[in-house]
Amino acid sequence: MSGQAGAAEIVLDHVSKAFGRADSAEAFRAVDDLSLAIAPGELVAILGKTGCGKSTIFNMIAGLGAPTEGSVLVQGYDPFRSFDALRGKIAIVFQSDRLLPWRTAIGNVELGLDMLDVPREERRKIAQLWLSRLGLSGHERDYPHALSGGMRQRVSIARAFATDANILLCDEPFSALDEITAQRLREEFVALVRLNRKTGVFITHSINEALQVGDRIVVLRRPARVAYDVRITRDGMADEQKTIRKRIEKILTE
Amino acid sequence: MTTVVPGASVSAIGSRLRHFAELVAPFVALAAVWQIASAYFPKYLFPPLLDVFWRTLEIFTDWPQFAQVLATVGRILAGLAGAFLIGAALAILMMRSRAVDRFFAPILTFFQGVPALSWVVFAIIWFHGIEFRIFFIMVVTSLPAFTFQVLDALRGMSKDLFEMVLSFRPTRAKMFRAMVLPAILPDIMTAWKVNLGNASRVVVVAELVGATGGVGYELLMQQQQFDMAGALAWTLQLVFFVLVSQQIIALIEARVFRYRAFSERSM
Repeated sequence: MSGQAGAAEIVLDHVSKAFGRADSAEAFRAVDDLSLAIAPGELVAILGKTGCGKSTIFNMIAGLGAPTEGSVLVQGYDPFRSFDALRGKIAIVFQSDRLLPWRTAIGNVELGLDMLDVPREERRKIAQLWLSRLGLSGHERDYPHALSGGMRQRVSIARAFATDANILLCDEPFSALDEITAQRLREEFVALVRLNRKTGVFITHSINEALQVGDRIVVLRRPARVAYDVRITRDGMADEQKTIRKRIEKILTE
Repeated sequence: MTTVVPGASVSAIGSRLRHFAELVAPFVALAAVWQIASAYFPKYLFPPLLDVFWRTLEIFTDWPQFAQVLATVGRILAGLAGAFLIGAALAILMMRSRAVDRFFAPILTFFQGVPALSWVVFAIIWFHGIEFRIFFIMVVTSLPAFTFQVLDALRGMSKDLFEMVLSFRPTRAKMFRAMVLPAILPDIMTAWKVNLGNASRVVVVAELVGATGGVGYELLMQQQQFDMAGALAWTLQLVFFVLVSQQIIALIEARVFRYRAFSERSM
């Protein structure tokens, strides 16, 4: 098992996930005996080709799906069975912004706080703060349809940060944006994660994005199984990054 | 600097007038045909529009008569409210359990095939109390539509949005308030609009055969007296009710669904 298992915030222990009846020939194995430990404060980029089971892993960590075999623990809780125990401890940024169309930008940011019973005035203040941090002051009362794709994704990032959850799960959050907007948002996102000392799991299929975001990269091979697990030193040499990139490219093209 | 475009306000007024004329024209044409017919046919077949107008006004201004209209409106609203509450609860159960869905879906489909008049006959045979009889008819005739409409709305809810809200691990009540209700509300409004029209027709049948008061009963009285102006005037009361209630729903929709985006081009 990689990472610092002793102090791990997220632990996947020999996890497998099959879809369809386990005993039938049609059962599809999306994750196969995957073990992974993520320490507090780590920002781990999980990288793999489309269909390699990244989103399945993501759903299991989020508690939206259960493993067929093995166990998943988040802060010591099974995120699927002890679903409510992790209320306020996990926040998710999805691939698409998933804003509620009937809520304004500020209403969407308030959503998670509302679920945590934060009083109305306080949640408004927090939502306002996060919208301004993400450059959306003046757009509080706008409905999602009036915002651009980049702005909508900013609102969804604000929504995730506003709950002050320790763990941030991101499922290719910038893949639908143009490269310039994505690049800018990525930088802002990484800065916010580090500044707020969050533990992050960042799912991506882009090597560039993984190298830019993660301070650790876990490369998956289909069916989801760790093929490469490497730490990135931010102040490291360009040569080191080049070597890592080559290694990842080799794994992904095998 | 403000730029004033001469004639812009004139063209806006013109456009509104044209829209109003388009809206009113069919009714004016219908009234004209009726009025012409009244000149050539006996009064008991085609009474002059003025007679119908005075009769309508009389129902509005005479409390005992207007109370009959209110009784019918009350029956429609009570029946629809009952059908909606039972239908919504049933739809939630059908959504949550496939077994419940498989059990109730054929029964509701069967109920949809039973004519409203048959339910009226059954209700008269089964129940003594007039109000309960009518309530039963209204509920049983509106129930399948409400159930299927709410069920479809629940099934059509965005899985992505549902999972997004779920990711915050809300309580059931919060999930319902933040996600389920706003997501299904447009369909619920549509269901009410459709069912209001249907219910105003069914209630007349129910009152005609199984009541001693209300618009349906009054229509029966007018028929026995061959009073066409009266029959029209009582009918118009229900038409007004449907128009007013649809307008109220439209106003609520305009307020509640203001988040919706509109395309500058129409379909």
